Amino acid sequence: MTTASTTARAKALTRYRLFWPAVVLAVLLLANLAFTSDFFAVHIKDGHLYGSTVDILHFGAPLILVSLGMTLVIATGGIDLSVGSTVAIAGALACLHISEAADPASPGTVFGAIGIALGTAVLLGVANGVLVARLGVQPIIATLILMVAGRGVAQLITDGQIITVTSEPYKLIGGGYWLAMPFAILLSGLVALLTALLTRSTALGLLLESVGGNPVASRLVGIRAMRLVGLVYVFSALCAAVAGLMVSSNVSAADGNNAGLWIELDAILAVVIGGTSLNGGRFSIGGTVLGALIIQTLSTTVYTIGIPPETTLVFKAFVVITVCLIQSPNFRAEVARRGAGRRSVDRPRPATTTNREVGA
Amino acid sequence: MNANALVTRVRGQIPLLVTSVLLVSMFTVGSAQYDGFFSGQVLLNLLIDNAFLLVVAVGMTFVVLTGGIDLSVGAVVALSTMVSAWLVERHGWPPLLVIPLVLLMGTAAGWVMGWVIHTFEIQPFIVTLAGMFLARGLCYTISIESISITDPSYTAMAQTRIPLGDLFVSPSVVIALLVVAAGFVVLHYTRLGRNVYAIGGSEHSALLMGLRVGRTRTTVYAISGFCSALGGVLLTFYMLSGYGLHAVGLELDAIAAVVIGGTLLTGGSGYLLGTVLGVLVLGLIQTVISFQGTLSSWWTRIVIGGLLFVFIVLQRLITVRRR
Repeated sequence: MTTASTTARAKALTRYRLFWPAVVLAVLLLANLAFTSDFFAVHIKDGHLYGSTVDILHFGAPLILVSLGMTLVIATGGIDLSVGSTVAIAGALACLHISEAADPASPGTVFGAIGIALGTAVLLGVANGVLVARLGVQPIIATLILMVAGRGVAQLITDGQIITVTSEPYKLIGGGYWLAMPFAILLSGLVALLTALLTRSTALGLLLESVGGNPVASRLVGIRAMRLVGLVYVFSALCAAVAGLMVSSNVSAADGNNAGLWIELDAILAVVIGGTSLNGGRFSIGGTVLGALIIQTLSTTVYTIGIPPETTLVFKAFVVITVCLIQSPNFRAEVARRGAGRRSVDRPRPATTTNREVGA
Repeated sequence: MNANALVTRVRGQIPLLVTSVLLVSMFTVGSAQYDGFFSGQVLLNLLIDNAFLLVVAVGMTFVVLTGGIDLSVGAVVALSTMVSAWLVERHGWPPLLVIPLVLLMGTAAGWVMGWVIHTFEIQPFIVTLAGMFLARGLCYTISIESISITDPSYTAMAQTRIPLGDLFVSPSVVIALLVVAAGFVVLHYTRLGRNVYAIGGSEHSALLMGLRVGRTRTTVYAISGFCSALGGVLLTFYMLSGYGLHAVGLELDAIAAVVIGGTLLTGGSGYLLGTVLGVLVLGLIQTVISFQGTLSSWWTRIVIGGLLFVFIVLQRLITVRRR
């Protein structure tokens, strides 16, 4: 009896949505311990926290932000390829404003810069939203336009140069400390918390999942899908813009060419690893945060082990394809059939029908 | 043919017409504006500089016609340049062995992606995204640095000029045009071509008609993989080096060329010759910007983005009216 109940409990645990991402993250972190014995050590220097784990959170903060926006977009069955360009544009605009201001260090200038960046992001998000929700263009194509043109616009803003700024208040966003913690960690943590609250404590998350799961049925029950979908793209652009501010503030410079390059792919990867289905209809904020941390830890590990950082791409390729195969109902059916042999096979349910959180 | 059918037929050609008008007017404005623009060689240079893009875009047209997308093309091109340079320079393999090997590799990569897409019903863009990561990553496992090629047969291919009267083209242009011709024949005169259009029009109907959806889809991605590898070989001739950062963003250019060429992104409708026009438009944008001199290179991206926007909205208007 006890063994049976233990296995039942273990089964329940492995079925928990965040279990596998958490295991992967833990394994990755422990693997680091083998190479760096003081990996988990956290020191306090000058009242600031230092350590490898803090670094992972710190450098992963922009990715977490972008992935949060991407999660909601993917939940509605869409995709946003333009976030990388938005990151570059936001950083470029903010740095341009600060570098041209009379007093770069005044809070007014910095708030002005943030306002310009976020305002532009709203416009970009609305453009994507109109294309997808109003004109019915496939999301991947609609956002491709901004992905192509946006990088050019960012280079236009910076004139192809790298704009450097010296502004103490601006530096705080991505490189500063607050309450001994890097401010970027707190900021992205706050956004994650707000997103989770907004989607899970209100009906918003449910509505998003219903639009992603079955657009026709949601329209028939009276959900204003068009407005919701549009809103999701604005949110994604806003998250990307904050990430852009963070990236540019951390290095005190805006680089139109390289800021946020390939971040859209990393974000999609983080979302998928976190258990959000690419077909839309279900999402997990916690999973996305874990997914983003897994990717950041992977990059950090590759750096510490001394493998050329570019080869991370190979690891990422295997992660993407494994996760997608596991999510594919056909693949699981195939595995179950082969594994079970001639015994009775309980067919795995398709991923989209297991919306347990929605039912709760 | 009654008037209604004629109207429907013409409506389907609107993007193609717009692209042709755009191409002619861009060339006319360019000729009026800049000295030395109005010459046959400027036109031929479009082909010389974009031969590899043309080949890749032909493969992309096949994929888009079935309603899919292939994001791995740029990375496969880079991997092909890298493998060619590595085998020829570092290992001294003869080019006649290396080139077929590279083509086989690209075809196999495309075939595997197509197989995964069809068998496990995973969205094409995520599978080819993984393919893109893998191919780019493999480039860097070969070498992080650029490998330059000094092999005489490669330099000969790079420098050979095929004269056409006073003008000239490169061997790559001939290869690219042969690929276009082959693609045209396959799309319009073979069973495979019919199947491609049928699947893009409605996969479900195609399945019910008893068409081999799975095999066609796998073949289409294999064709795209082959075209990418061939594009990579042509780029190796053009650049005389192998590098993991070659052809970054080429997938976007190829998709843009296909869209501007009037192929519907939902699949089922489009022409290979439209894609050729699309590639020429992209090339002409770059030529105009380089003739202008004061415009910076990033204007290329902005103009391409703008054109994409116009053509996608145009596509929507056409398909909405057709319903």
